[in-house]
Amino acid sequence: MEKTVFIKDTDGGTKDRTREFYTEFINQLRERKLEDKIQVVRVADVGVYNQGVVMRLLPDNFLYGQLEMANIPALIDESVVPGKRIDHLTCHHISKQMKIVLRNCGVIDPEDIEDYIAHDGYQALAKVLTEYTPEKVIEEMKASGLRGRGGAGYPTWLKWKFTREVKSDEKYVICNGDEGDPGAYMDRSVLEGDPHTVIEGMVIAAYVVGATQGYFYIRAEYPLAVDRIQKAIAQAYDYGLLGKNILGSSFSLDVDVRLGAGAFVCGEETALLASVEGKRGYPHPRPPYPAVKGLWNHPTVINNVETLANISSIMLKGGKWFSGIGTETSKGTKVFAVTGKVKNSGLVEVPMGTTLREIVFDIGGGVLNDKKIKAVQTGGPSGGVIPEDFHNIPVGYENLQKLGSIMGSGGMIVMDETDCMVDIAKFYLRFCVDESCGKCAPCRIGGTQLLNILEKISEGTAHLDDLKKMRKISFAMQKASLCGLGQTASNPVLSTMSFFEEEYKTHVVDKKCPSRRCSRLFSYSIIQEKCVKCGACYRNCPVNAISGSRESGYKISENACIRCNRCFEVCKFNAIDRG
Amino acid sequence: METSVVPDIANVVEKWKDKKGNLIMILHEIQNQYGYVPREISFQLSKLLDVPLARIYEVLTFYNYFKLKPPGKYTVSVCMGTACYLKGAPELLEELHHILGIKEGETTKDGMFQLEIVRCLGCCGLAPVVKIGNKIYGGLKRSDIVNLLSQYSKEGAPVAQPV
Repeated sequence: MEKTVFIKDTDGGTKDRTREFYTEFINQLRERKLEDKIQVVRVADVGVYNQGVVMRLLPDNFLYGQLEMANIPALIDESVVPGKRIDHLTCHHISKQMKIVLRNCGVIDPEDIEDYIAHDGYQALAKVLTEYTPEKVIEEMKASGLRGRGGAGYPTWLKWKFTREVKSDEKYVICNGDEGDPGAYMDRSVLEGDPHTVIEGMVIAAYVVGATQGYFYIRAEYPLAVDRIQKAIAQAYDYGLLGKNILGSSFSLDVDVRLGAGAFVCGEETALLASVEGKRGYPHPRPPYPAVKGLWNHPTVINNVETLANISSIMLKGGKWFSGIGTETSKGTKVFAVTGKVKNSGLVEVPMGTTLREIVFDIGGGVLNDKKIKAVQTGGPSGGVIPEDFHNIPVGYENLQKLGSIMGSGGMIVMDETDCMVDIAKFYLRFCVDESCGKCAPCRIGGTQLLNILEKISEGTAHLDDLKKMRKISFAMQKASLCGLGQTASNPVLSTMSFFEEEYKTHVVDKKCPSRRCSRLFSYSIIQEKCVKCGACYRNCPVNAISGSRESGYKISENACIRCNRCFEVCKFNAIDRG
Repeated sequence: METSVVPDIANVVEKWKDKKGNLIMILHEIQNQYGYVPREISFQLSKLLDVPLARIYEVLTFYNYFKLKPPGKYTVSVCMGTACYLKGAPELLEELHHILGIKEGETTKDGMFQLEIVRCLGCCGLAPVVKIGNKIYGGLKRSDIVNLLSQYSKEGAPVAQPV
């Protein structure tokens, strides 16, 4: 294949014309006997929206929009084949995205090291090994202002400096690819789409701290990511980019893969260390930090996948370039997984400082079914919800923290008016309770108690006192838990309580769920004035809770009803009341 | 997954013996071959690696990924990540409970289906998602479940087109 053509109908309206366009494109290629030279791919996302049928041509990187079937011959003969741009079809949509981490994803063949090298791959490593001392690299990293992308946002240069300063004949570098946060999948995409950039980042990190062994710790649930990184490691060894005397220098590094086994707590660095050592993933108190006593008690630096994917660009273009992107305290770009009730769900990479509104509406296309947005959740089970009033704040570590949420690994879940905040808090808390390792009491007991109270609230048996109790337990968990999981587990509860207090009170005092999610707090009935006696609800009720006939009309037995919502869905006359 | 194939445990052990922190990786290889980690194998491992059986079980029981019982022919995994949860995964799960007559972690009597809940399959863009065997089905509705399952149970082999 010499060229690749991506096609996608970006209007997302009534009819998806992607397939039509794709078929015609292939037919025209066949007529010209070009089908073996040009690969046509229907993609899920091309990075622009509402621009009609969009086509991206690689490697030329031309972007065409508002295409019609009649344009196809011209596209092939005047652009694809000669490699020239057709100006009047070019899409001038200015994307708010900026790709550093994802620059190669979907562009290069992730299983071919040559392709990566052709895209400036391993040049940063060559530059570092031949021109830079480790101190110089740290200086560049300091100038870049890059902070850890795994969640806490600790400055990467500082982590490296501390690990470098500790004297030891054995040091380790670990790439944290244990992406357990439900709703985030950027690490997976980078490992699958551009594994070499992560390896390159790791080798540079190892060179700086003086490590001789590196580990990729990856979830076993991501078999393709594991497979791709293993292939990439083997290729890097063949090319002398790993192993003894890398690129002819005196620096050597061996790299291996270790698999996670389905434990969320292992994303926490001390638990991760235990897991790499082949033990239960129990965290231990810090200090000592991994920089001093890490893997098998040797100094260890642990960086997230996305952090490492930034390194090669910083080394090639300079720390100053990187620090020119973003806000005062949060530099560079961040990849977010925008999902939930949003039209275009997927990964987006934006400069820090982009507002939530821009991400959800300008890039994400707005809320699914044009419903009203209620909140955006960031940071996964350790984060919080951000209501609409605050969607104009620029995204950055501190700004999100001030709102009681965190940047986290970059999950961003859009919620609309039909989502109940008590239900959301319960969802995240149940996750943390399930995943709590049970070593320390505040997390183990506190989490369970909090969950019990939330259950009571959603069943309508709680009192106002319970809300106070929840704040107290949450506070205790934050202060006294051993590791990050327990310390942050109550964040979703606290943040929903502070922004949606009224909703909690409606549950507790009025025993009502405004979003109709907590099934014990509402019942179904038929509005007789609107009912046309068609019997659709009667036929569809799975438990025969609806009785009556076409003459006498229908009614719902509250005791038999299991609140499955089927009758509400099938009624075409809005005659079912949920109150 | 063929359970009759006897893996060469000695080979697996030999491959990993000199590497530090090898236990989890060895258990992964065993589970890959058997579909679960049989108790007899754990006994043998204990001897070959010279680690107490308790150490092996300590690890096996901590991690969700490791299974101690043989799995059903098809593992039906319902994703309960946040995106899937919001887009109706609980309804899919309810429907699966209803049709298969089992709860999560259980296997149907005929050994065909095993029901599991998973955290996040990393396909949040396709939510809600169900994985059957190694195939992923996205954008599902409650009413899709019956057809999906029947394609597996009738043929004994997948015929549905994954998304």
